[in-house]
Amino acid sequence: MNSKQLSWLIRRHCVEMTHRACVSHIGSDFSASDILATLYAGVLRYDADDPQWRDRDRFLMSKGHASAALYAALAESGFFPVEELMTFCENGSRLIGHVSSKVPGVEFSTGSLGHGFSVAVGMAFAAKKSGDMGHKIYALLGDGECNEGSVWEAALFANHFRLNNLVAIIDRNQMQSLDFGENTMELDDPEGAYRLIDKWRVFGWRAIEVDGHDLNQLKAAFEEASENADKKPHKPTVVIADTIKGRGVSYMQNDVLWHYRYPHQGWEYDVAVRELCDAIPDGVVDPYASSVIMREARSENDGETADDHALSSSWKTTYPEQMRRVEARPGTDERVHAVIEDKQ
Amino acid sequence: MRDAFVRALVELARKDKRIELITGDLGFGVLRPFWEEFPDQFTNAGIAEQNMVSVAAGMALEGKTVFVYSIGNFPTLRCLEQIRNDCAYHNANVKIVCVGGGFAYGSLGVSHHATEDIACLRAIPNMTVMAPGDAMEADACVRALVAHPGPAYLRLGRGGEKRIHETTIENFTVGKALRIHEGERVALFSTGAIYEEVAGAYEALKKQGLSPALYTFPTIKPIDRALIENVAQNFELVLTCEGHNVLGGFGSAVSEVLVATDNRKAKGLLLGVHDRFTEIAGDREFLRIQEEIDSQNIALKVLEKLRG
Repeated sequence: MNSKQLSWLIRRHCVEMTHRACVSHIGSDFSASDILATLYAGVLRYDADDPQWRDRDRFLMSKGHASAALYAALAESGFFPVEELMTFCENGSRLIGHVSSKVPGVEFSTGSLGHGFSVAVGMAFAAKKSGDMGHKIYALLGDGECNEGSVWEAALFANHFRLNNLVAIIDRNQMQSLDFGENTMELDDPEGAYRLIDKWRVFGWRAIEVDGHDLNQLKAAFEEASENADKKPHKPTVVIADTIKGRGVSYMQNDVLWHYRYPHQGWEYDVAVRELCDAIPDGVVDPYASSVIMREARSENDGETADDHALSSSWKTTYPEQMRRVEARPGTDERVHAVIEDKQ
Repeated sequence: MRDAFVRALVELARKDKRIELITGDLGFGVLRPFWEEFPDQFTNAGIAEQNMVSVAAGMALEGKTVFVYSIGNFPTLRCLEQIRNDCAYHNANVKIVCVGGGFAYGSLGVSHHATEDIACLRAIPNMTVMAPGDAMEADACVRALVAHPGPAYLRLGRGGEKRIHETTIENFTVGKALRIHEGERVALFSTGAIYEEVAGAYEALKKQGLSPALYTFPTIKPIDRALIENVAQNFELVLTCEGHNVLGGFGSAVSEVLVATDNRKAKGLLLGVHDRFTEIAGDREFLRIQEEIDSQNIALKVLEKLRG
């Protein structure tokens, strides 16, 4: 399977999984789908029949709320049956709402931000100490996750100990749980003097920036990261993947609502499926088109997060204006960054 | 319960401009009434809990009454040392608010289960620890905490909890338990959102011909010593139930009083999470059954214990 096919299948499964379980985070799943597809279709070395193979590349999903996308990638890569995806978040299922290491192929359980990356650093450090440099360690972080101080503690450590066997990927979708990242905690200078990539560089890392939805650019970035490993001085590499939250379904793009909301029965679900199916790549069969996987949505009132997130799709954040630096029209991929005056 | 918290805080913030609310980038659909009305008393500190709590301590030492809001373990265990050294040790007027005590975020997994927070927070000197059982108790706790300077922890459920009190609670006092039903032989002690299960057990025991007393404890620290001593001397069995590890939490707080009570008649029965992590998905009701803190299991255990 190529990465284009895999990325489509990840998104397709995520629609069914979140819809059926009435659970959150499809926007985050979608921004990370192309990154995961690139990694699992041609970058990571693994053996789905032997998930604990000693020389496997380690992949840690530090942004543990995008669990549906990871589980879908693992199932499609052969770690467990694709049918099991339909138990996502069900009572008794091992597919827990945040990434769980009880699932075959999952390296580490996450769900509290700013942990997985430090653990990845620890794994890379141990491998380097043992001279065990036949594999690499990859960690995928959210850009919102970069609010956490522990991320920068880990970044200092990884450079200091010259962990050239470590690759961090930032899913730079510019959106957090309440609003755009730049309206929450500024990472880029609004006047363009410095950007997130510069922060990583001054922490000692080699940094690459790509379009996080361009599979060729992503593949090339990981190749460059591998070449970097042999360069001196030995440095870890970070790939800043410029992404859009909700990418793949037009009305979910750039809309903070889809951090929490799941595609409800009715037009939300129907349009999401139709838009994906209109863009189905060659060589892929929609697993939900036939009775291969039975789909039966739970009642929306049964969903644990239903009372939180069953909000009107016209919901708009009314975040305090003096904190606003970014404006966008939900449902588009446009973002307008503005310089705001300091409030005295 | 979350909405009751926000409603009460909005009312209080209208009169008291010292009140500040800081969130760790959470509260979508919950905090909006506050930030709409008081943008100048609201801050999103981002996903950075350690800094958030120490910032709150600094603001409190400059005269603010600071409520810090997040979910699960993020505002507690993630930044426990900041709470201890910066808030508690300095007696800073910071109120830590956690939404999602116990298994409220059941299927989201272990990272989102707040099941050790009471134990950790109540072990810190100067801290007041509160876990309201319904919206009315949450409302009363918020008002009491604003009137009660010093560091505190407020542990909330999420929403949709069964109502305990029909009206506003009269004479609510920090450190006092509330009696829901008088009774004899057996006393049921509940704290927080697990009340609906304890109330279910109460009904089941009534059907078995028992007439238990039922109390809810909106305050875990300071614990209501006088009440526990009185019950210990006059009842045969004291049951505690909590959506929390059975080690170190509410049951431990009650039993610390029980063991020191003179002329104690009552045996103790402590129910809570079985000192283990869950490794499967499950909603709150499912996980409570796994840990035997659902109404049916609670009633069964009381009957077993009475039979000796």
